[in-house]
Amino acid sequence: MSLPEGAVVTHPGYEIVARQDFSDTTYLLEFQHPMMARAAKAGQFVIVMANEAGERIPLTIADFDRARGTITLVIQAVGKTTREMQQECRVGSRLHAVVGPMGIPTHIGTSKKVVCVGGGLGVAPIYPQARAHKQNGAYVIGILGFRNKALMFWEDKFRACCDELIICTDDGSAGIKGLVTAGISQSLEKHADIDEVVAIGPPVMMKGCAAATRERGVKTMVSLNPVMVDGTGMCGGCRVKVGDKVLFACVDGPDFDGHQVDFDDLMHRLKRYVPSEKQALERWQESCRIRGDAAMTQV
Amino acid sequence: MAKKKTIRTIPQERTPMREEPAEERRRNFSEVACGYTLEQAQREAERCLLCPDQPCVRGCPVSIDIPNFIAKITEKNYHGAYDVITDTNLLAAVCGRVCPQETQCEGVCTVGDSLEPVAIGRLERFIGDLAIAEGWTNIPYIEPNGLRIAIVGSGPAGMACAADMAKAGCDVTVYEAFHEAGGVLKYGIPEFRLPNTVVDAEIGKLIKLGIKFECNTLVGRLFTIEQMIAEMGYDAVFVGVGAGYPSFMGIPGESLNGVLSANELLTRCNLMHASDFPKHDTPVQLGRRIAVIGAGNTAMDAMRISMRLGAEQVHCIYRRTKAEAPARAEEIHHAEQEGIEFHWLTSPVELLDDGNRGVRGMRCIRMELGEPDDSGRRRPVSVKGSEFEFECETVVYAIGTNANPILGQTSKLKLNKRGYIDVDDNLATSIMGVFAGGDIVTGAATVIEAMGAGRKAARSMKRYLGLRDTDVVYRPERIGSDSTLFGIDLGERNHARLHEVRI
Ligand SMILES: Cc1cc2nc3c(=O)[nH]c(=O)nc-3n(C[C@H](O)[C@H](O)[C@H](O)COP(=O)(O)OP(=O)(O)OC[C@H]3O[C@@H](n4cnc5c(N)ncnc54)[C@H](O)[C@@H]3O)c2cc1C
Ligand SMILES: Cc1cc2nc3c(=O)[nH]c(=O)nc-3n(C[C@H](O)[C@H](O)[C@H](O)COP(=O)(O)OP(=O)(O)OC[C@H]3O[C@@H](n4cnc5c(N)ncnc54)[C@H](O)[C@@H]3O)c2cc1C
Ligand code: SF4
Ligand code: FES
Repeated sequence: MSLPEGAVVTHPGYEIVARQDFSDTTYLLEFQHPMMARAAKAGQFVIVMANEAGERIPLTIADFDRARGTITLVIQAVGKTTREMQQECRVGSRLHAVVGPMGIPTHIGTSKKVVCVGGGLGVAPIYPQARAHKQNGAYVIGILGFRNKALMFWEDKFRACCDELIICTDDGSAGIKGLVTAGISQSLEKHADIDEVVAIGPPVMMKGCAAATRERGVKTMVSLNPVMVDGTGMCGGCRVKVGDKVLFACVDGPDFDGHQVDFDDLMHRLKRYVPSEKQALERWQESCRIRGDAAMTQV
Repeated sequence: MAKKKTIRTIPQERTPMREEPAEERRRNFSEVACGYTLEQAQREAERCLLCPDQPCVRGCPVSIDIPNFIAKITEKNYHGAYDVITDTNLLAAVCGRVCPQETQCEGVCTVGDSLEPVAIGRLERFIGDLAIAEGWTNIPYIEPNGLRIAIVGSGPAGMACAADMAKAGCDVTVYEAFHEAGGVLKYGIPEFRLPNTVVDAEIGKLIKLGIKFECNTLVGRLFTIEQMIAEMGYDAVFVGVGAGYPSFMGIPGESLNGVLSANELLTRCNLMHASDFPKHDTPVQLGRRIAVIGAGNTAMDAMRISMRLGAEQVHCIYRRTKAEAPARAEEIHHAEQEGIEFHWLTSPVELLDDGNRGVRGMRCIRMELGEPDDSGRRRPVSVKGSEFEFECETVVYAIGTNANPILGQTSKLKLNKRGYIDVDDNLATSIMGVFAGGDIVTGAATVIEAMGAGRKAARSMKRYLGLRDTDVVYRPERIGSDSTLFGIDLGERNHARLHEVRI
């Protein structure tokens, strides 16, 4: 028996109200979602599906504006989805689906002196944490890592909420030359009373940060970024090893004690879908090229 | 009524349902069981004895008046048959496909004592599909009563509760975390067993009842259960969030790439259309040889999907025997037909690293059945020295799920020791005005039980809100039936039932 098409429940999508490009690879999207803006807290993330055939990808809430009713994401174009979004998301266009805020908000405790470290795609996500600690009355030291000066962004936003800001670049084109771990060592030297270090960035960086603080026993929190599907604790794809436990980053995290996390496990698990990701990217680039060629011949 | 039938006069053989040939279907996603034609349904309906005892009705978790709907089929009154089913079961086309009939209605059917039982599930599906194709919906005239109800979770429990509350005149909104509604029916049960068009058609009926669906809404995090009552103005809330947090065994090797939960595999395929990669962006990567641990419906679905995704070999690893396997009999049968290899009395003890953090195989141990355990099934115990290695590149866990922690983290809902929501006999939770049912209360169960719970919660909610039972409004022919009087449940006559309806 043939069945008629059913009524699919659709949502008109979430409107993008601002976009800013920080570099060739990093861009900011701000979308309208007043209810989420009210609920969002530092450390939480959303899952975005850019279009109907898209993948559900997790992105940290880099900022939220309760008055404007908006959520800000800062995205690094690394693969098919994030590059396609870079190309297609414009002010006025809509994201097919956004769900959140997800994850347990960062525990902004009683720490009096906090180091907030952001590297690469972790720079934007560390911002709400730095701000929350500042609002909580803490002395905040910001450490930001970029490959070079041209890739820097949000220095002003960080200056506004950090008592000290250390910029680290790989080539020394701004701030100190070296990795963020150099910045951490510098701060630990200067301040004996640091209560907490919070680090967000690529797993290797977070691993390095945890190693840098381990000896002194300074509490170090990291925000993990394993591959996710639902973000609601239903698939187990995001499972991470923390101490002797296996936890689901989306509902049990994403913040965990950096001294307990098995980063090597995380790094291996992030490679689970690499062949497919490569295939998707190549196919998309090919289709862009063909479209580009077609556009050229039309001119 | 028709002439008296006896076991001798009815068609002796159960009417077969056409199935796609196993050889072809094991590689495609079209529905396996094709459903009855009118003639086949007529013939099968003739097999019901309309016996006075009606054990089937008692065997059905929601007590569908089975002989009555079957009689209506023999009378060619198909819409009438649909009315009888929808009296108690909202999702005929779904349940006809996925209920474990062999342990419910069909398992106790009188005909089954001497012949094969009446194919009740297939008849139910026939009516459900006909209703969808013909666009039948029993939309009553609903007088709005001004009460607002929120439902958390759009699975069968939530849908059933939503429908009953909408019919009672409430303004109902269903909140769902995923971008599509349907719960396990959408993300879990595959297309070849329950097409999404069927689920969407059933949801379409709910929309016609005036129910609103809000997807992309993670309750607990976007707003809390408490806020729904205190700030968002809902008069009552039903929580039917399912229990999808997948279990692993805790044996070495589980974090190797190539190990995943059945839920991940099924969600990638069913909800995210990974079988259509790269047209859809979500990938799924399986090896040539796949081992699925477990033998429930979820395991069968994971195995049969793996086969369709092109696996060379698919193996089922289960620590008990076929007799204890919790899957529907038809699913095991279909899996066998499709070439899945079953390894009963086998349990994995370690997943083996291929040197690249992938899986090269698993070390298993043979089991034997010992004394019965709490579930009444004989407990599997390992046989010493029986370990052996088994080659595979992908290992899928389908050994059960647990309660999701989000609502526990974000509300004061009282949970039991295992993390499921604590409810009283009326499915009321520890928060006033909040009810719960389905898998999040009972642990993983069945579609029909979840629906039954949703309806039960709706009855409690109506009582809590002081609403008259409104069933009679849209089913006038039921007036005078012995369970209701002027639409008031007789069993509830002593309650102060006729409150003014709040507007
Ligand atoms: C909690 C969390 C917060 C994140 N926040 C940000 C952020 O604020 N800004 C940002 O630019 N990126 C963030 N990411 C990473 C981002 O989700 C991935 O870069 C993105 O999914 C890549 O998709 P792609 O198709 O463009 O690339 P792909 O080519 O598909 O993937 C590139 C790499 O990204 C990772 N990845 C792929 N798919 C997923 C997925 N579904 N979930 C998680 N990781 C995946 C894998 O390591 C993969 O190798 C976050 C990830 C997590 C888990
Ligand atoms: C693969 C598989 C095959 C199955 N096969 C069968 C079968 O053949 N026959 C049978 O009878 N049963 C079967 N079952 C079991 C059956 O599907 C479940 O018992 C039933 O779906 C439970 O219904 P529910 O409404 O309680 O929850 P679910 O169907 O799980 O629905 C819960 C919904 O709530 C949503 N949700 C969760 N948390 C939140 C939140 N915080 N906010 C908003 N929404 C939320 C979820 O995304 C989900 O959509 C199967 C289960 C699986 C997984
Ligand atoms: S038990 Fe079997 S024969 Fe008797 S009424 Fe039910 S379906 Fe018909
Ligand atoms: S993303 Fe599925 S369980 Fe965390």
